[in-house]
Amino acid sequence: MRLSRDDIIMRAFMITIGLYLVVTLALPLYTMLSKSFENSDGMFIGLTNYIEYFNTPALVYSIENSLFIALITTAITITIAYTFAYALTRSCMPFKGLFKALTMIPILVPSLLPGIALVYLFGNQGMLKELMFGHSIYGPIGIIIAEVFFTLPHAIIILITALSIADARMYEAALSLRASRTRIFFTVTIPGCRYGLISAAFVVFTLAITDFGAPKVIGGDFNVLATDIYKQVIGQQNFEMGAVVSMVLMIPAVFAFVVDRIVQKRQAASLTAHAVALVPKPNKNFDRTMLVFCMLVSFFLLGMLGVCQYAALVKFYPYDLNIGLTNYQFDLMDGGGWDSYLNSIELASWTAILGTVLVFTGAYMVEKCRGFDNGRSVFQMLAMLPMAVPGLVLGLAFIFFFNAPDNPLNVIYHTMIILVISTIVHFYTVSHLTAVTALKQLDVEFESVAASLKAPFYRTFWRVTVPICLPAILDISIYLFVNAMTTVSAVIFLYGPDTNLASVAVLNMDDAGDIAPAAAMGMMIFYTAAGVRLAHYFLSRMLDKRTQSWKMR
Amino acid sequence: MQFHKIFKSAGKIAAGVIAASVLSTPALAATLTVYTAVEAEDLKKYAARFNKDHPDIEIKWVRDSTGIVTAKLLAEKANPKADMIWGLAATSLLLMKGEGMLHAYRPKGIENISPKFRDKADPPSWTGMDAWVAAICVNTVEAKKHNLPMPSSWKDLTKPVYKGHVIMPNPNSSGTGFLDVSSWLQLFGEEGGWAFMDGLHENISRYTHSGSAPCKLAARGETAIGVSFAFRGAKSKAQGAPLEIIIPSEGIGWDMEATAIIKGTKNMTAAMILADWSVSEAANKMYNEGYAVIGIQRLAKPVKYFPENIAGAMIDNDFQWAATNRKRILKTWQAKYDSKSDPKKK
Repeated sequence: MRLSRDDIIMRAFMITIGLYLVVTLALPLYTMLSKSFENSDGMFIGLTNYIEYFNTPALVYSIENSLFIALITTAITITIAYTFAYALTRSCMPFKGLFKALTMIPILVPSLLPGIALVYLFGNQGMLKELMFGHSIYGPIGIIIAEVFFTLPHAIIILITALSIADARMYEAALSLRASRTRIFFTVTIPGCRYGLISAAFVVFTLAITDFGAPKVIGGDFNVLATDIYKQVIGQQNFEMGAVVSMVLMIPAVFAFVVDRIVQKRQAASLTAHAVALVPKPNKNFDRTMLVFCMLVSFFLLGMLGVCQYAALVKFYPYDLNIGLTNYQFDLMDGGGWDSYLNSIELASWTAILGTVLVFTGAYMVEKCRGFDNGRSVFQMLAMLPMAVPGLVLGLAFIFFFNAPDNPLNVIYHTMIILVISTIVHFYTVSHLTAVTALKQLDVEFESVAASLKAPFYRTFWRVTVPICLPAILDISIYLFVNAMTTVSAVIFLYGPDTNLASVAVLNMDDAGDIAPAAAMGMMIFYTAAGVRLAHYFLSRMLDKRTQSWKMR
Repeated sequence: MQFHKIFKSAGKIAAGVIAASVLSTPALAATLTVYTAVEAEDLKKYAARFNKDHPDIEIKWVRDSTGIVTAKLLAEKANPKADMIWGLAATSLLLMKGEGMLHAYRPKGIENISPKFRDKADPPSWTGMDAWVAAICVNTVEAKKHNLPMPSSWKDLTKPVYKGHVIMPNPNSSGTGFLDVSSWLQLFGEEGGWAFMDGLHENISRYTHSGSAPCKLAARGETAIGVSFAFRGAKSKAQGAPLEIIIPSEGIGWDMEATAIIKGTKNMTAAMILADWSVSEAANKMYNEGYAVIGIQRLAKPVKYFPENIAGAMIDNDFQWAATNRKRILKTWQAKYDSKSDPKKK
């Protein structure tokens, strides 16, 4: 096949973006892997670090602790999320839209925030301390509650999708065979969404085992792998041991990732074109029970947020309960003051703009490029890889790679650029998948028609693809924006004196014992993310009317 | 303005942007990147006072807990980011001197600083600013609620009555935590020191990352007793917290906050100016606003809410010993106590 100019340009784009992923992901990870076999002077010492790791009981217990936290969190989150998603898809209760919107709250806050709320609720001066019956909230109990809060929306999104694809014919068949409700539930409903369940379970498990915010704030002395990496690197600057713990943390993350990929592939095939959509029928008792359940869950989510806002406004809890703005004097605290808030907005904006351009262009090239199958599958693999890399691990890998004295790229260390680059890579996979899904819905004919009209591909791209995919493009940018606002894990190792971030400030203020200002900054992040989300909602409705009217008949 | 930063560091600025950024930034002779462990709330004040005399030098702070700043500096040894250190534990600076990371310089007016507040070598590698001393913060409301007697010595804290009521900083990250541990090892001897900590460990509810956190937690009533430092206690008390600041009878550990120039700084002239200023009378008076014991002791005035007779309680701290043994002590500490959460024991 002779390569046209378009082919060459498209491949060049794809290779460039692919190289970007190699430099910002593959090379840093490789550097980190090799660091785990070196001593602090950079000498190769084989498995010595690993042997030391497994001979340090304090560190090894963390594996057990992390697994314990992640498993319990998964069990609780999936139970709640499943019931919630079931209520939203299979009942006729009112306010479904509202409930669905409320469950998205945890996505808009750093994972440190539920921990802070728990201190105010159940700490030694907690408002509801009695409910702990003498147990301490600092430790596994606190971490698990905070993780459930943090992971709930992710599980609910997946399970809503899984429960929405149901074939009404199966239920009709089951009913005509006189199966009981329970029997139908276990033989039709559960198997029907088994892939969704597995996928949700693994997503929650990975989030819980790699999360760092919740155990940092509420973990007390209950060590987990994520806080160990932080302690080794930040507390002792023992980078090599940090690299070893990172490798250990990668194992469950990669495992969960692989299982999830396999399951996702099967899920796609489970719905046939002949399926008839299931429409729930009203059932007074059931609908009411579901309504109460959803109200309780929403109350939990809103309550945590409300407590944080209250904490931020109280002058000196618990001795001076007057309301004031003293805790908003961020400039007198650790964490970089109000500048850090502005930096976060800057980071989020750059990540959203540059990240969306990069991700969407990359996805377009990989989808629409002709031939070059090897290159395309390498690119696909690179695009999926970030999903399997926990943020802390990515951040540490970045230090190793970008702060090496002989790396010419080390000028970007501590700058906004490295924060933008790392955040884009950190959240690349989900953005890429969103773009690919949107692009797959486009008929290939567009390109063929354009080619026969001798229009260069970029004109098609700009005049046809981008407008049609605008909703997906907006989704990606908003996803990147919100995550850049809330993330602490990768950036905690990378910010510099001029690039403090709001989310990191929450952590540093909490570390210094200034928990009320930490809550105040956390709520600033929430209001910003929520505001952007709302703006996105209205903007995309407007855009839908303008660019998506072709979908309506 | 934020936009310029990115482009600038990328080194790819369009000419127009350069012009704009040059016009919008005031002309500064130098910008010093200063690493510090001084309390966050004081940083603005420190920079402002310095700028009163030297408005043309901008200070860019990098602040964190002592352990973190120390570790950060050590990690960046090959590729230093800091020009200067202003306000870091002398034990840490001794360590860095040993690694050859400090530029020896004799600040103008150093002869006013009491000899025990400066490096013995000439020219000295570091100069002390003030002494920061250990103290116990007791929340009187919480103590009453749980019927806790007021402790008067370190050993008191190991009594079973205090079980679960004591919080102290993790010496791995916190300079205060380290000065506590190293002072106990000096006061009670190596064996006695660890035995004391074994007992204390039984009563500790958790170890915090920062040295000020235990006192702030005590101030909020989140714990009854916080092992912290006197400066923090006085500040929290001034804010209205029901705190009692205890100076244990055995004596208290302490460390100096000190200043040093990083070897290889590209801003040597500005760094020297700051080093000179940091030993000046103006600077010492400023340190005295928070700290009772300072480099030029004749200038010292009593500090409000600060416990009295601090100087008498300060132990004869062997900084060289502490610096040399730092790594070993921290390692032992971590092995013994960092697994508070050990699931097998519960």
